[in-house]
Amino acid sequence: MKPAPFAYRDPDTVDEVLALLAEHGDDAKLLAGGQSLGPMLNMRVVSPAVVVDLNRVKALAGRGGSASGGFVIGALVRQADLEDDPAFAAAQPLAAAALPFIAHRPIRNRGTVAGSLVHADPAAEWGGVVLALDARIEVRQAGGASPRTVAAEDFFTGILETAVEPDELLAEIRLPPWPEDARWGFREFARRRGDFALAGVACRFEVDGAGGGRSVRIGLFGVGDTAVRARRAEAVLEGETPGPEVFAAAAAAVQDEVEPLDDGHASAGYRRHLAGVLVEDALADAWARNGGDEGEAA
Amino acid sequence: MIGRSVRRLEDPRRLRGEGVYVDDVHLSGMLHATVVRSPHAHARLREIDAAAARAAPGVAAVFTAGDLMDALRPIPIRLVPDDRLLRYLQHPLAIDRVRYVGEPVALVVARSRAAAEDAAERVEVGFEPLPAATDAGSPPPAALFDYTPDNVASLIEEGFGDPDAAFARAHRIVRLTFRTGRHTAVPMETRGLVAAPDRGAAHGRGRLTIWGPTKVTHFNRGVLAAMLGWPEHRIRLVEPEVGGGFGARGEFYPEDFLVPCAALRLGRPVKWIEDRVEHLSAINHSREQCYELALALDPDGRFLGLRAEMTNDMGAYLRTHGTVVPGLSAGMLPGPYEMEAYRCRVRCVLTNKTPTGTYRAPGRFECNAARERLIDRAARVTGIDPVELRMRNLIRPERMPFARGTTILGEEVEYDSGDYPHALAEAASLSGFPSRVRGEAGDGEAPDGKAPDGKAPGGKEAGGRPAARYRSGWGLACFVEKTGTGPFEGARACLDRSGALVIATGAADLGQGLETCLAQIAGDALGVDHVGIIVRHGDTDLIPHGVGSFASRGTVMAGNAVHAAVSQLRTRLLERAAARLETEVSDLVIEADGVVRGAGGGSCTLADLAAEPGLETVHYFRCERMAYSHGVAVARVRVDTATGLVVPERIWLLYDVGRVVNPGLVAGQIEGGIAQGLGGALLEELRYDDAGQFLSGSFMDYLLPGTTDVPSIVHRDLGGSPSPRNPLGVKGAGEVGIAGIGGAIANAVADALGDAEGDSDRLPLTSERVWARARAMEAAGSPGSPRAPGAPAAGAGAAAPA
Repeated sequence: MKPAPFAYRDPDTVDEVLALLAEHGDDAKLLAGGQSLGPMLNMRVVSPAVVVDLNRVKALAGRGGSASGGFVIGALVRQADLEDDPAFAAAQPLAAAALPFIAHRPIRNRGTVAGSLVHADPAAEWGGVVLALDARIEVRQAGGASPRTVAAEDFFTGILETAVEPDELLAEIRLPPWPEDARWGFREFARRRGDFALAGVACRFEVDGAGGGRSVRIGLFGVGDTAVRARRAEAVLEGETPGPEVFAAAAAAVQDEVEPLDDGHASAGYRRHLAGVLVEDALADAWARNGGDEGEAA
Repeated sequence: MIGRSVRRLEDPRRLRGEGVYVDDVHLSGMLHATVVRSPHAHARLREIDAAAARAAPGVAAVFTAGDLMDALRPIPIRLVPDDRLLRYLQHPLAIDRVRYVGEPVALVVARSRAAAEDAAERVEVGFEPLPAATDAGSPPPAALFDYTPDNVASLIEEGFGDPDAAFARAHRIVRLTFRTGRHTAVPMETRGLVAAPDRGAAHGRGRLTIWGPTKVTHFNRGVLAAMLGWPEHRIRLVEPEVGGGFGARGEFYPEDFLVPCAALRLGRPVKWIEDRVEHLSAINHSREQCYELALALDPDGRFLGLRAEMTNDMGAYLRTHGTVVPGLSAGMLPGPYEMEAYRCRVRCVLTNKTPTGTYRAPGRFECNAARERLIDRAARVTGIDPVELRMRNLIRPERMPFARGTTILGEEVEYDSGDYPHALAEAASLSGFPSRVRGEAGDGEAPDGKAPDGKAPGGKEAGGRPAARYRSGWGLACFVEKTGTGPFEGARACLDRSGALVIATGAADLGQGLETCLAQIAGDALGVDHVGIIVRHGDTDLIPHGVGSFASRGTVMAGNAVHAAVSQLRTRLLERAAARLETEVSDLVIEADGVVRGAGGGSCTLADLAAEPGLETVHYFRCERMAYSHGVAVARVRVDTATGLVVPERIWLLYDVGRVVNPGLVAGQIEGGIAQGLGGALLEELRYDDAGQFLSGSFMDYLLPGTTDVPSIVHRDLGGSPSPRNPLGVKGAGEVGIAGIGGAIANAVADALGDAEGDSDRLPLTSERVWARARAMEAAGSPGSPRAPGAPAAGAGAAAPA
């Protein structure tokens, strides 16, 4: 449980970080909160030649509302920073609701949102959340190339794999403005509080003038090799009047479309079943929730 | 002094961070070791090329079996040795074959642990993989030892009466298949050792001192001495503070030879601290048993006979416990019930998995759960209320002492005292255990159909047969616990020159509060306050003989030894005081502050009396028969049939552990045991794949219960039956908390979901297993439900923001 030898660098600026990544590429690992990298180093699951510590790069630590009304989360923002921020809860109720389910408080004290996303564990809550919120992820690289923006649904490319290249840095996450009167739900199932979920769902929808669901987005985690949108289930609700029958139909659609993995924690069949249960429950939560309340909580 | 919940004397130093644990031992010139372990479940071991590792930076030595061949001896069985088992023992390093993932194949010693781990990656081991036997219950694809093709290391037969006759006249026969998962103890502190040779030790002079052993230091000293060919007096084992043992920690493991051996060969201190990853595959596993049970009942529900066929997965070798764990199961399976006949046959099967040993209530957590599930099934089949069915069969107090007719640890089981029906009646009353009189059809599940907030799920009325997603279940388990295992424990008592009473014993403190408990007993015997009493333990130099701390024996064995030694010291001391004060012994009193006063007004202090040497006593307390505690565990659970999550809502534990020395310490044992029992019942399972690869190498995979997984606990000491087998009347309490939890939880889940003949029960009741069972229940048309959407979920599992 001691890491293999590595060189340690702690640059002060984003440009220096990017230069180090350009130099070392695959041989480098970025250290932010260290809550995934630390154990992986200690267990020698990874043995990078260079660890580039981001913690001195103040430019990455910013968070707050953007001009467009969205919310920007810098690469060094800790989960607990958001959890304790009333402005974040007011601006982004769905993401705020997911935060307490991410591991345990000591891990959230150190762990970062960006770190969770680039680590890309398929069971991580943020995967489902960014899909449900249609988040944008800003990626930078050395050499003066302009920052690249990746849509959440293009971000996850495989188990522990993302669209971020070895010489790139995930600089910030942009959550779009919260639609007024949007309904949301978040559910996950884990055998113990704080464990990686066996399945989970973050969902959001609005209700159009005719009383039908619209802009339905359902992000699932823990039920495949990446977090994934439940497009068929979204389509079930789109334009339909929300209610128990529609939610049950959406659950059935989810169970049809997901491709969970069999592993030591749960069988694929069980995860598939849970995905349906959770989607149905989360949609019901969303429907029962008055979309205006969260705004007042600000 | 005895009977008071005084605060633990050990706590202040530990809470201040002043306790010295093995990793706090730092010695000049100390090297660090790491163990190279087999990544294969079963493989022939070809050449090991350690040249690159030896050349790595900072490496002092690499030891392979070839390097130590002249010194490698099998690790002997500590409890109930049996010559027929010798050929299944483990050597400290694998010699020509590895038989489980994690088996030591080499030891690397370097200037730091990190350097040792770097070098360990360069040790090239030639493995030739073999098929792995991973399921004790099916024909093996491979033999672990060529001379035992069926992998059956031992068969145990246990029983009494004539089961054929009993079953022949049975009114009903109820059957059950029951499995318990593979668990381990997971003490908070992993194992660790620091071995330091005197300067001449490598040349046959001087001594070897080892920090880190615990539990059974004197026995382990003997094992090491025999392996090294040294006299025992040249080896000193020192127990530092210990962060939990629970049976697993402190046995003689391969590292207990390898680390001292390396230190001797290098002539320098060597430290090895087990990390958690290696811990989970290196320390003893336990519990993996499968029972096929049949219970014969007469028309009134009286037990006529019990038959059991049990398979115990022993893992790859027999370690220091030999076949003690399955033997305990076989000897304790009848529990607190009368029956005419009993027969149990156990197959002890070797598999390519980590070897097994004891873990808190070894063999009894398992057999109690199996028996109590069987009795609940019998209640359902006969339509007799489960409490009533037990009442009809419990051994009545007037039958004490009760000869069980079985044997454990080479000793005939004879329950000494206890009112078992009273304990059950109190448990049913205190918990409000609901009546469960049923017809044979298994109707009347009595689900309450309510979500935790009391509302029916989905906003529906819970009338008629509601589509109940959440179902309540109640379960209980009666048990008898063996405690106070002999053969002896010793205590030395003396007054030091300050007048302080100093006790030394061979028992060990694994965190249970031994120092406090023995100080209370000593204070009581001498008539002084316990606070100033010094209890020394865990050092083989303190006292020539010691047995140790296991099997709930500390209070019974060491406690009575201390009581006797101090009582003798008091007599000597009063004689000395009488001479000094020129009065009669009968006129003297010792006051709590240590002042001895005579009736005539004269007085002296204990320090005055201790100024002259000679105030020292030694007593070895021997006990031929164990003391038997008993109790009842009750569980109320809520089952989410949609997800399979079982939430224990409340646990009741009623117990009788004889005379209680410190109720607070007993409460700690009870509550900790319950928490561990819930882990074993619901969460914990060490898993292997079919190739024998270990799948539970981290706490992400081996789920321990945390604070949010342990519900409100109600426990009550029933008192009432001190043991007649020792002067203090005490019984052990260390394993009472855990012993009945598996059965209570399994029964509660079966109560919630239904239970049909042919259903197979298995601990832990993981959410997926429970979900599968709930689905089967729905398919069978039992009342209960498809899920009700939108129901509020609570507890650890299905969670949603409020």
